[in-house]
Amino acid sequence: MDYVIQQIINGISVGSIYALIALGYTMVYGIIKLINFAHGDVFMVGAFVGLFSVQALEAQGMQSKIAIFLIALLVSMIASALLGIVIERTAYKPLRNASRIAVLITAIGVSFMLEYLMVYFLGPQVKGFPEIIEKTQYTIFGVQIDSNQIMILLVTVALMVILQFVVHRTKIGKAMRAVSFDQEAARLMGINVDTTISATFAVGSALAAAGGVIFGMTYSSVDPFMGIIPGLKAFVAAVLGGIGIIPGAFVGGLLLGVIETGVSSVGYSMWRDGVAFAILIGILIFKPSGLFGKNVREKV
Amino acid sequence: MRLQNKSFWTGIVISVLIYAACQLLIETGVLDDQTKTTLILICINIILGVSLNLINGITGQFSIGHAGFMSIGAYLSAILTLDFDLPFVVALILGGLAAAAAGMIIGIPSLRLKGDYLAIATLGFGEIIRIIWINTDYVGGAAGLSGIPNETNWTWVFVWTLITVVVINNFVNSTHGRACISVRENEIAAEAMGINTTMYKVMAFVIGAFFAGVAGGLSAHMFYILTPQSFNFLKSFEILVIVVLGGLGSTSGSIVGAIVLTLLYTWLQEWPEIRMLVYSGLLVLIMIFRPQGLLGTREITFNFLKKRGVQDGTTNIPS
Repeated sequence: MDYVIQQIINGISVGSIYALIALGYTMVYGIIKLINFAHGDVFMVGAFVGLFSVQALEAQGMQSKIAIFLIALLVSMIASALLGIVIERTAYKPLRNASRIAVLITAIGVSFMLEYLMVYFLGPQVKGFPEIIEKTQYTIFGVQIDSNQIMILLVTVALMVILQFVVHRTKIGKAMRAVSFDQEAARLMGINVDTTISATFAVGSALAAAGGVIFGMTYSSVDPFMGIIPGLKAFVAAVLGGIGIIPGAFVGGLLLGVIETGVSSVGYSMWRDGVAFAILIGILIFKPSGLFGKNVREKV
Repeated sequence: MRLQNKSFWTGIVISVLIYAACQLLIETGVLDDQTKTTLILICINIILGVSLNLINGITGQFSIGHAGFMSIGAYLSAILTLDFDLPFVVALILGGLAAAAAGMIIGIPSLRLKGDYLAIATLGFGEIIRIIWINTDYVGGAAGLSGIPNETNWTWVFVWTLITVVVINNFVNSTHGRACISVRENEIAAEAMGINTTMYKVMAFVIGAFFAGVAGGLSAHMFYILTPQSFNFLKSFEILVIVVLGGLGSTSGSIVGAIVLTLLYTWLQEWPEIRMLVYSGLLVLIMIFRPQGLLGTREITFNFLKKRGVQDGTTNIPS
């Protein structure tokens, strides 16, 4: 029993990262129906910015570990939010009325571009991520939790609460919901659709960057191609929870993390990714609207 | 089968002339090995592009798992020539058939899924196939399969390319092809007109997958070695890019796309560090400035005598 709980805890800490990336996917998809393949690479860029800020802060001789972590997190979130806006403005905005497949190809192009820009400037090799906060093991009722896992969960829940607040209690959040419901009607009601979409990209990218920094700390390494697989998995998580639904992405991410850890812990770690995609296909076939989604009938 | 028109035979004659010219240049040694490889790669990409165009462009089913079909054909045909000493053609056809069977399995979810959801499901299928190869020790697992006999040459590739283009082109121009186009244009209306949309969607997947499998077999017998990594979703995207660049729904567009992209790719090989940057930058620019692709849904025909501007009634693909 302890072993199972242990695995669930490990799964949740992996799943938190998926959840953070999935939130961005789900918000962007909810508003402009775009599978933003470049989102996984924004996550990667976020991790790198986090790494550089940590290095810069440590070179400055900063002592407080928590402060280093929080500042690095904030810097990378802001930088990625800006990156998200730039990508949206330059690559996706001209294609607002183009076919879906053209936009998808553009997203893939942007994804390649981010990856290979990183390779061009930093080289393809894996870079180590410093251990900012030393891990302390706690044993509670025979279950081991390290401080890192607690921190990941705390950060994820905090960001999630902030996001819920932004989406449901602020003006821009209201605009986001309006645009995702009906873009044209929102425009008629005086909402600046372009600004709202940019804001969505900014918020989603910032969350992905947070995921990137946490990923770097958990696995102690970052590389230009690290965004591909977590990006796809996060998309699976978003679909699992019901794409466009914020709590759905969160639960989907955690669930996917737990399932993956479960598959690995019974000795099928090589099949981990396969199981994630099998879940995706199963969900798509049997409940395409996701666990939290309502069925929408197609209009004739 | 209806009598082929003049344009068809002109096309065949021109293709044979291209073949003869290249064969002559290869035999006389004018073309070096690298150019020969490029020629073969162009043909393989044409097969892949034209076959994906049947699924994505003609039938309007958004599939991005083509590399999965390709890997099935590649692995099966490689195993058949390597371990069972079957003749190359037989191995290719069996590989293609296996891929077609997979196409049927993947086609079935398309009955329930549409648009982006189908795209993601096919992507998932492609990845699952790749993970199965990684975990199968018989085919070398993650390290891959090596020592595959080098059977692919210009003649084989050319013959298969011609077969693919002729079969798919004739299919598109047949009653069945028209039915596929109607599924693309408006599925509900097509259904109401009594078209069995289910059958046509699965049919497109099966035919497309068969030729992707053949292309996989051809490329496996070209490079001695097969690794699961070479069939990841980036490969599927590469094929998708060929189709979209050429123009979704245009067979000749896919051919042009395959030629342009393969040449671009080989040409950029001289600057490996910026190759992918240029490639992805061009991709984004092309999509922004010409999202319908180079040819749109138009076809290049060899009706030189006929007046231009006679449209065949197909319209653009709705988003």
